[in-house]
Parts: sequence; structure tokens; C-alpha cells
Amino acid sequence: MMRFVWQVAAGTFPLLVAIAHPAQAGPALQAPAAIEATDTHSDEGGSITVTWARNANQPQGARYIVEVATAADGLFHRAAEVPLIGALLSDDPAIFGHGDDNQTRHFYHVTSYTAAGAEGPAKIENDRDYHFRVGTTAGEQVFYGYTVQAAAHGNWFNRKKLNNFAMGTIFSIIVLVSIAMARRRDLYIRRIAGLEALDEALGRATEMGRSVLFIHGLSGMDSPSTIASINVLSRVARRTAEYDSDLRVANSDAVVMSVSQEVVKESYLEAGRPDAYSEDSVFMVATDQFSYAAAVEGIMVRDKPAAHILMGYFYAESLLLAETGATTGAIQIAGTDSYTQLPFFITTCDYTLMGEELYAASAYLAREPRLLGSLKGQDIGKAALIALVVIGTILATVDVPFLTHIFTAH
Amino acid sequence: MIFLRRTAPLVLAFVVGILGIGVFYVPHETAQDLEKNLSLWLRIVFAFSFFLGLVSLMNLHWSRIQQRGGGWGYSLVVYVSFGIMFLFVVYNDGDGPFAPQAAAGGYQWMFLNVHVPCGATMFSILAFFIASAAYRTFRARSPEAAILLVSAVIVMLGRVPIGAFISDLIPTAAQWLMAVPNLAAKRGILLGVSLGVIATSLRIIFGIERAYLGGGEE
Repeated sequence: MMRFVWQVAAGTFPLLVAIAHPAQAGPALQAPAAIEATDTHSDEGGSITVTWARNANQPQGARYIVEVATAADGLFHRAAEVPLIGALLSDDPAIFGHGDDNQTRHFYHVTSYTAAGAEGPAKIENDRDYHFRVGTTAGEQVFYGYTVQAAAHGNWFNRKKLNNFAMGTIFSIIVLVSIAMARRRDLYIRRIAGLEALDEALGRATEMGRSVLFIHGLSGMDSPSTIASINVLSRVARRTAEYDSDLRVANSDAVVMSVSQEVVKESYLEAGRPDAYSEDSVFMVATDQFSYAAAVEGIMVRDKPAAHILMGYFYAESLLLAETGATTGAIQIAGTDSYTQLPFFITTCDYTLMGEELYAASAYLAREPRLLGSLKGQDIGKAALIALVVIGTILATVDVPFLTHIFTAH
Repeated sequence: MIFLRRTAPLVLAFVVGILGIGVFYVPHETAQDLEKNLSLWLRIVFAFSFFLGLVSLMNLHWSRIQQRGGGWGYSLVVYVSFGIMFLFVVYNDGDGPFAPQAAAGGYQWMFLNVHVPCGATMFSILAFFIASAAYRTFRARSPEAAILLVSAVIVMLGRVPIGAFISDLIPTAAQWLMAVPNLAAKRGILLGVSLGVIATSLRIIFGIERAYLGGGEE
């Protein structure tokens, strides 16, 4: 009932304003209609979204003003001025979606307002009622619509990331189901040449009586590629412990060094060779990019390891390291997800793990069914994404943006 | 002991992993504060581990000096450089070690006039390394290498004025090569990497991947 009365009032008020100013040339200034105020979703609070109907029948030079008061009968303060063109719901699809009627309403996210005599803007507080009114003005005279009320709240889910959440959940289910299935039957996993060659490189180092040099990238422990490289290091350390060959691990990050020391130590323990582990074998070289490159190049040239294993995220130092390593005659196996550096590794290394192969390396080397199951899930997810990319391309080409909208990141 | 070495890290990885995913989707102040705190803890851990890194570095070079192995003189340079920089930091342009670091003085001078030029020198060597790597790669020994050679020539010519001087088509072709096949390959790699990251995260969160604990299986 209240909604009906509100709608009638919303439709009637502009009409009354128009009747009150019949003598003006051109369209008369009309008060905004169908005003609504709600908490802005998907934020930590402090914002209220005010929307109102678009009215193209306003005189030139007119603009909207949004005002806010802390009490219904209190003083209203200016929050924003909105031009007649622009600020439509369609301009902010992350909040308002892609509805057909998004072109018919204006909006403003009110986060603060300036009170008369105040030193600075006052912020919208959470869980407090505010009253809003929107007016139309072309000069001094303002035609106000009715007043609406809303409160801001901190939200517990970011609806803008709903597509991301759904995709992540679906992919996680695929991976977990694949892991469960891997326990029951053998899975075919495609051969990864770089990982097949790892044993050969470690064996060669053992035969030659020379060391294996494991080189971490420059990123820290919070980088997924470093975590993946630590997993590979664990497998490599176990093999070198079994083969009784010397492993040296160069680090540019102190946290990565500490984790690597523990991982190598545990691997030697698991292999039944705790006595062969030396803490000095996992060492800090330099934190600076080119100092790191220079120091590792020095180790390559002076110590002449039989194998260089470069894993992690690399920057411009990748070619300096790999090219110098190539001149020493060592077998070089690199793995990185840094696509800008991949061409350099492909050029200078014997084997290169490209992108996802770095993340598959640990599971591939372990040959443990559950880990291999996750690789299968990864491949299924990739196939599904390729299919979606193809379908999305076709739909976008025939001007059906439905799939594009679903997969848009906000 | 097994609990501390195996179970506790797995439980911790599960809890922090789930929390980490959760705060990405929760904009509420509570979740954002938690994320800020986790980042703060990371910085604190890094600050402590920095000393471990320093000890490791000095230890490595000390053993080289003791053994008088190849290049032990460079290790001596590390010690001398560290000593000089440490003295400059303590002196702090006359303000002492407890005042904020001075914007000028010996430390800044050494950094700007020794460290930065050394870094720039290393970076400039890259130009020669790229040339030698390009020479090896662009030899047309297979159809793929031939395609790479032709593409590289077009892109290189398209990026310099002489390319447009030869033909207007060259810069256009170079732009197309970068914007279409090159970008498609990049995005393909990124897609695979993203899936790999998710799969690796799931393996760690659910305790299936234990290699980071050392040893690996069960």
C-alpha cells in the first residue's frame, strides 16, 4: 500500500511542478522521480547508493543535487552534484549488472557530505540512518523530490566477485573429484620432457661427481611460483640424497632460504641420509636483483655444477643466469610462470617448464595417485575454459554479450 | 613430535588457506582487518628472517675465505663492503645510529656511486646476451624456427623508423603480431598458470601436497 502511494506521489510531483511553471520556454525543470536509497552492496560499509529516474525532458544546463541529513526533520547537507547526462546505472555494471532498464536511472554512491561550517567532509557511518533527497536545479531554484531513508552496512559477501567465486568453486570441485577418482583407477598423464630429464640431470651430476645448483627466482614465499619451486626442491633434494650428490640452493629471499633449509633437511631425513645434509648448502646470495645474478653467475663459472635447476618467478636476470649457465656446459632445466622470461629460458636451457608445468612438477615427480588426480582435474578445467573461450568468441561476434558479461572481472 | 612436524603445519595450512580464500570474497571490516594483520605478520617474520639471511651470507663467504678456494678475494670484498656500509649507517652523517637515516652522507654516496652503477652494468650486459641468444634462436633450422625468424624480423623492423620507411605494412604487421598471436599465447599461458595455482593451492590446503614440509609422501 505504502509502495503504491509512493509511486503515485513520485509520478504526480513532477507533473505538479510542471504545471506550476507553464510560462517557461522549452521543457520545464522537473523534480526527480522514483528516488530510492539502499546500502551499497559488496563493500565494507560507509556508502549508500541513491538512484532516481532519468528524465531527458529537463532544460539545458540543469543538474541534479544529492543531499543528506542525519534526521528526517534535520538540516540537509550537500553530498554531490550529478550532471544530467552520465551517472547512469549502466555505467557501473559491477554494482547494477547489465539490465535493460539500467539506461533509465541515475545513481550516486554517497560516501561523505559537507556540512555547513564544517572543516572537512563527514563520512557516512555504518548502521546509522540517513535521509536523502535529490533535487533538480538550473540555478538558484531547486525542485526536490521526496525524502528517502537508508543505512550503510558492512557486507559479508562481495557480489561483484560472484562469477569468480562460482568459477573457483566449480574448478575446485572438478579437481577434488579427479583426486577422488585417481584413487580408484590409473590416470593417463601426458609426458613432460623437462621433468623426465630431471633424473637424467641428477644422475649425470652424480656420475661426474659435481654438484647440482638449484636457483630460486626473485619472488618471496607469498608467490605461488615460489611455493611450486619449493615443492620441486623437495623432490630434487630427496633424489640428490639418494644419489649421494651435492646439492646447493641459491636464494635471494631470507624467508625462502629458511623454508628451503627446512625442506632440504627433511628430504634428507626422509631419504635416510640426515648426515649428508649441510645447512651451508642452502644459502643466501643477495637480495638485490643484479647482485643476485652476478653472485650466482660467479658460482656457475667457478664451481661448475653439472646441473642448473632454475625454478620460480624470474625477471631480467633470467637471461644473465641461463646464458652464463649454458656456457659452462651444465644441463639446464628451468621452470617459470613469468611469460616475459619464458623465451629466454627456452632459448638457453635444455628443458623448460612453461607456466602450468611448474605447478604440475611436484605432482608429476611424486607419481602419487592423488597428486596425479589433481593434474587431471587441471586438464579438465583447461578444456572447459577453452570451450568457453570458443563459445564466448562466437557469441560476442554475433553481438550476444551474455557470456562476456558473466566472465567480466570486477 | 610428529604432531609438531606434520599435523600442526597441515592444520595451519588448512585454516590459513581457507581464511585467505575467505577474505578475498568478504569485504566486511572484520575480514579486511584480518587480512591486514596477516600481511603484518608476514612482514614481522621477514624482518626476523632477514638476520638469518645475513648470517647465512656472511657464513658462506667466511668459509670461502678460510678455504682459500677460487674467487676467495671476492668474499673478502663482501666483508670489506659490508663493514664500510655498516660504519656509514652507524655514523649516519653525524646523527648517530638512532636517528632516522640521513638523506645524504657516505651511505647514500656509496649506494648511488658504487651499487647503482654496478647494477646498471650488469643490466647492460643483457644487451649482448640477448644478441647471442637471438642469434642461436633465429637460425632457421626447422619450420618453427623459420616462422620465429620471420616474425622476429617483422617485429624488430616494425619498431624502428626504417621499417615504416621500407613499407607502411611492416609496422602494421608488427602490431598485429604483438596484439594477436603473441597476446593469445600470453593469455593461454596465464590461463594455465591460474588453473595450476588453484590446483596447487587445493593440494596444499587439503594436505594432499606435503612436499613443502620436506620429504613428500605420507
